[in-house]
Amino acid sequence: MNRRQLLLIGSRLLQVVPVVILATVAIFGLLQLVPGDPAAVIAGEYATAERIADIRRMLGLDRPVWEQYVVWLGHAVQGDLSASLITGQPVLDEVLRRLPNTLLITVLALVLAVLIGVPLGILAATRVDRPTDRIVTTIASLGVAVPNFWLGMILVGFFALGLGWFPTTGAASLTQDPLRALSHAALPALALATGGIAEITRQLRSALIEVLSSQYVRTLHAKGLSNARILWQHGLKNVSLTLLTVVGLVFNRALGATVAIEAVFAIPGTGSLVVASATNKDFPVVQGVVFVLVLIVIGLNLMIDLLYSLLDPRVNRR
Amino acid sequence: MDHAVKQPLLEVNKLSAFFRAGRGEVQVTRDVSFTMAPGEMVGLVGESGCGKTVTGLALMGLLPPASSRLEGKILLQGQDLIAMPPSAKRRLRGRRISMIFQEPMSALDPVFTIGHQISETLRAHQDVSRAEARNRAIEALARVGIPEPTLRYDAYPHQLSGGMRQRAMIAIALVCEPQLLIADEPTTALDVTVQAQIVDVLGELCTRMGMAMLFITHDLGLVSQTCSRLVTMYAGEVVEEGRVDDILLRPRHPYSSGLLRSLPALTQRKARLPAIPGRVPVRGDMPPGCRFQPRCAHAQPPCTAPQPLRAVQPQGEVRCCRAEELILPGVLPVERAA
Repeated sequence: MNRRQLLLIGSRLLQVVPVVILATVAIFGLLQLVPGDPAAVIAGEYATAERIADIRRMLGLDRPVWEQYVVWLGHAVQGDLSASLITGQPVLDEVLRRLPNTLLITVLALVLAVLIGVPLGILAATRVDRPTDRIVTTIASLGVAVPNFWLGMILVGFFALGLGWFPTTGAASLTQDPLRALSHAALPALALATGGIAEITRQLRSALIEVLSSQYVRTLHAKGLSNARILWQHGLKNVSLTLLTVVGLVFNRALGATVAIEAVFAIPGTGSLVVASATNKDFPVVQGVVFVLVLIVIGLNLMIDLLYSLLDPRVNRR
Repeated sequence: MDHAVKQPLLEVNKLSAFFRAGRGEVQVTRDVSFTMAPGEMVGLVGESGCGKTVTGLALMGLLPPASSRLEGKILLQGQDLIAMPPSAKRRLRGRRISMIFQEPMSALDPVFTIGHQISETLRAHQDVSRAEARNRAIEALARVGIPEPTLRYDAYPHQLSGGMRQRAMIAIALVCEPQLLIADEPTTALDVTVQAQIVDVLGELCTRMGMAMLFITHDLGLVSQTCSRLVTMYAGEVVEEGRVDDILLRPRHPYSSGLLRSLPALTQRKARLPAIPGRVPVRGDMPPGCRFQPRCAHAQPPCTAPQPLRAVQPQGEVRCCRAEELILPGVLPVERAA
């Protein structure tokens, strides 16, 4: 860690602040657009207008939107994401309770995507336009096109209900019962991973083809290096930036896709929480979940930015 | 051992290169033949697309095997490189034959240090320790005139100027002290002031290391500075071969003459530069006989017959049936040359 890299981290951290503010404004604004009044939902079907107005005042919903936002943000930076309108429980507790289930399937999906996508991409790129390449690229195109929730249902039908290898629904704690947790996470992670596998395969293939046909690779051949050395040392280091970028995208996308996948597999994660809260107009919970997920995504992107500077000497230039 | 001394270092014999195009093939070079003695510096000149670079890549075995095919012979000290298995050819590259390229900006791997790229070449061919490879890489950097070579060892390509990158490229190519260097337009992408320095470095290193160099260029001025012999190519064929001094004074082929006369520095000031009229024929639509004849001011009916490359007096070879009768201008006016 030299001084330049510390400066880079500092400036990137500063850039995070406006991004977080923008993201929270966006969530807040979007929720205002949702038809229906949370107070009316809480008050029940036959509530009087006064009763609803009381509830609105109690919850602070009668105040201007910007004021609600500032109050919420003020609490949020202190770690208080306010409480659920329905249960009255602190939102942060609920989110943190469910987050491990979501992160487990997302991280597992990412690991699967890298472990399968990278070898496939290399295989295709080193056999351009030969049958292996054609088969791999066809499968990858299919993988991009298949909706993951549909694939999730097919996987449940075949591996869980048919063969009985995996449980159909639910989740388990990774710390208390790792094996059971993994067996619960396997199918949802696989369903989440297919898009990532396809994306990594395709991107890595095209990046590696470009590198392998570059002028500097011709120089490496002219120096008499072996094909293996050119591929594994020079090829991989040069495509590592692309790979890193794609891995970040795949993670973000998988995190978003948990909304559908958790519904299919009935996993008590943040995805199903956000769906349930949105249906109940439990806005503080929706805001809280999205806020935490945004922080995770931003944190990951920050980490990727810093890794860039370690992998490519040209990034530090300034 | 007597005949071994006389044996040429490189003997290119009727080398033809074909590229796959769609279902068929396109012939890129035809019957290219020339020889190089150990330590000899030969210029290979011609317009863009005449097959100079393809010939250089063919000598290195760097043409893509899936989409190209070679005919003829490339003999390096009697060993045929075309018949050689790929793995054996790989062990020759960078060790006995090296090549440097036109674009020093893109010819170096951007994510590895200059030093790494030199020492990995050494370690690919010789059993040396990391420390020794490092020392020899620093020596190689010093030899090509890079200041503070110990510091530059850890520099990345983007931290060097174009001229320094080309020097680093030369250091990579020469670190194993090859017998033959193929320099493919090594100065074209550089500033004019830097060009002369690079050519000087190359010439000096060749002499000091006893290394032969095939200098591929379209700049006859650079050739006359460094090389003793000249091979002119036109439309995929060798049209003239001879000593540089002879050809500068009295070229035998009208195309060589045209090339020489279009050199700006050597023509009179303020005079219009004489250009060669017409354009290079397209592959697959080559004129019959002499390929230059449609553009040649001296063309006559016999020129449409196939032209062999034949020896001329006192030395050299030319692919022109009128070589003896024509007195063509070189870089000096005809009257004085004759």
